[in-house]
Amino acid sequence: MTWTTEVDTKPTRLGYGEGLVELGKKNPNVVVLGADITMSTNAGMFQEAYPDRFFSIGIAEQDMVGVAAGLALVGKVPFVCTYGVFASGRCWDQIRTTVCYSELNVKIGGAHGGISVGPDGATHQALEEISIMRCLPGMTVITPCDVLETRKATVAAGEMYGPAYIRFGREAVPIITKEDTPFKIGKAEVFRKGSDVTVIACGVMVHEAIETAEKLAKEGISVRVVNLHTTKPIDVETIVKAAEETGAIVCAEEHQIYGGMGGAVCEVLGQHCPVPVELVAVKDRFGESGQPFELMVEFGLTHDEIYHAIKNVLKRKKG
Amino acid sequence: MPTPRLSLEEMKEMAKTVRRDIVKMTCAAGSGHPGGSLSSTDILVALYFGKMNHNPLKPDWEERDRFVLSKGHVCPALYAVLSRAGYFAPDELMTLRQMFSRLQGHPAKNKKLPGIEVSSGSLGQGLSVAVGIALGAKIDKKPFKTYCLCGDGELQEGQIWEAVMTAAHYKLDNLVCMVDKNNLQIDGKVHDVMNIDPLKEKFDSFNWHTIECDGHDFDSLNKAYDEAISTKGKPVVIIAETIKGKGVSFMEDQAGWHGKAPNKEQCELALQELS
Repeated sequence: MTWTTEVDTKPTRLGYGEGLVELGKKNPNVVVLGADITMSTNAGMFQEAYPDRFFSIGIAEQDMVGVAAGLALVGKVPFVCTYGVFASGRCWDQIRTTVCYSELNVKIGGAHGGISVGPDGATHQALEEISIMRCLPGMTVITPCDVLETRKATVAAGEMYGPAYIRFGREAVPIITKEDTPFKIGKAEVFRKGSDVTVIACGVMVHEAIETAEKLAKEGISVRVVNLHTTKPIDVETIVKAAEETGAIVCAEEHQIYGGMGGAVCEVLGQHCPVPVELVAVKDRFGESGQPFELMVEFGLTHDEIYHAIKNVLKRKKG
Repeated sequence: MPTPRLSLEEMKEMAKTVRRDIVKMTCAAGSGHPGGSLSSTDILVALYFGKMNHNPLKPDWEERDRFVLSKGHVCPALYAVLSRAGYFAPDELMTLRQMFSRLQGHPAKNKKLPGIEVSSGSLGQGLSVAVGIALGAKIDKKPFKTYCLCGDGELQEGQIWEAVMTAAHYKLDNLVCMVDKNNLQIDGKVHDVMNIDPLKEKFDSFNWHTIECDGHDFDSLNKAYDEAISTKGKPVVIIAETIKGKGVSFMEDQAGWHGKAPNKEQCELALQELS
């Protein structure tokens, strides 16, 4: 694991808070709703900057989503914030029927995404949000890779119309983008050029993918790295181009293997350009208490895993 | 042209018209929820033809009072009331539950039927939406009211009580929740399936202003709405005692008519009673 060594690290949740404050400054209609854990999600940064536009709803996620829907109906741009397990699961039906079916402009900030939440254990380690959010008609799903991209994603979500889910994490993770790195919802970015194989990743796994690509470059294997921050709407063009040009794909995400970003990529490839795929993800199991580092190793979410996945997929690659 | 304010006698006639619509619509559709639609008819007629500040020709008028149908399954009543108020032509009522109709089996905002504020049908969610609208009105210092109709069985949903807390916490005196207390739900009597009483005491203790009224008496309903509109500092609930299937003798107080449409013969019988 390299994320605590040679590069600067910051938690993506900080980018969420910064993004909210930036949006609050730009648009007086932006309001934020909290469900008691506002300092932890960093919605508290908005609360501090714009106390009149922050509303505490208490530990009541279902009501929070409904209230946000009502605020959206009168022209507000509401952000609801809580841990991803609750933000996506506890109020899924409210998001489905009240928000998405009504096509309302509600934004959902899902904190504590992934196993790297650490000691709190499985109840608080959200590993299913991409899957259960992207199946909802009209929903946008974004998993930014670092603090800067989380800020950009938050601002972009606030500036688009329609429901959006932003997934971010608790731990400090490497800052791999710059201020001028492009970010557009629905547009995957090629972070590293390569011709033998492509790793498509989101969240903290983008950094792991880049590490792997650098290691394999020394072995003469050219690895393309795609940052697929937006799982929905998915960037079919970039994915298909990677499949056509490199002929093999590895997907890497800090999420359950079923229905997540890797699943979304497979849907695209199966329909447009079938090539061998290997999936690096949590293998259909719940999390554990532990330190983020040891959990990432235990759950197979490291550059070593990506390295082996690449070796495996290259064996299956045709000609 | 805003909707005319009807007299008590005119409201009674309007309620009959709406009830006939409900029977005809559900019969034509071959499915739907006549029982709760008939119990909530008078609550809606008193609101839309008496107390609500709205304009059917300008459904998006920013200053309008809002209405959220939390018990979405009784949309035949709402569709009929909206149509009779002038939001759309009554002919369209007969498209209820047909493919691509704007009158879906439960209210669908994306079908853009004038007067439908939000999708509903999954119970327990509408009151939260109404709370959000009322909170937004407070933020913008807009004087409009937000009304929300809930079923009594619906109050078994936990989210309702989350919203009840939120409304009181933010002192939303621009919010009025009407409870269509017909005492029946699909599986039988509400107090057998899961008792919700004592309801007045529950709302009182959650710091709401509670009004009880006869949900089929326009004088009683009008007084309840007047009191609700003039209440300051607290959200208001109107607990309207009603009879499921009201107006059609063989449907009255029968849980079996919750989600069953009348056949042609039953429809004729019902229309005779409502003539």
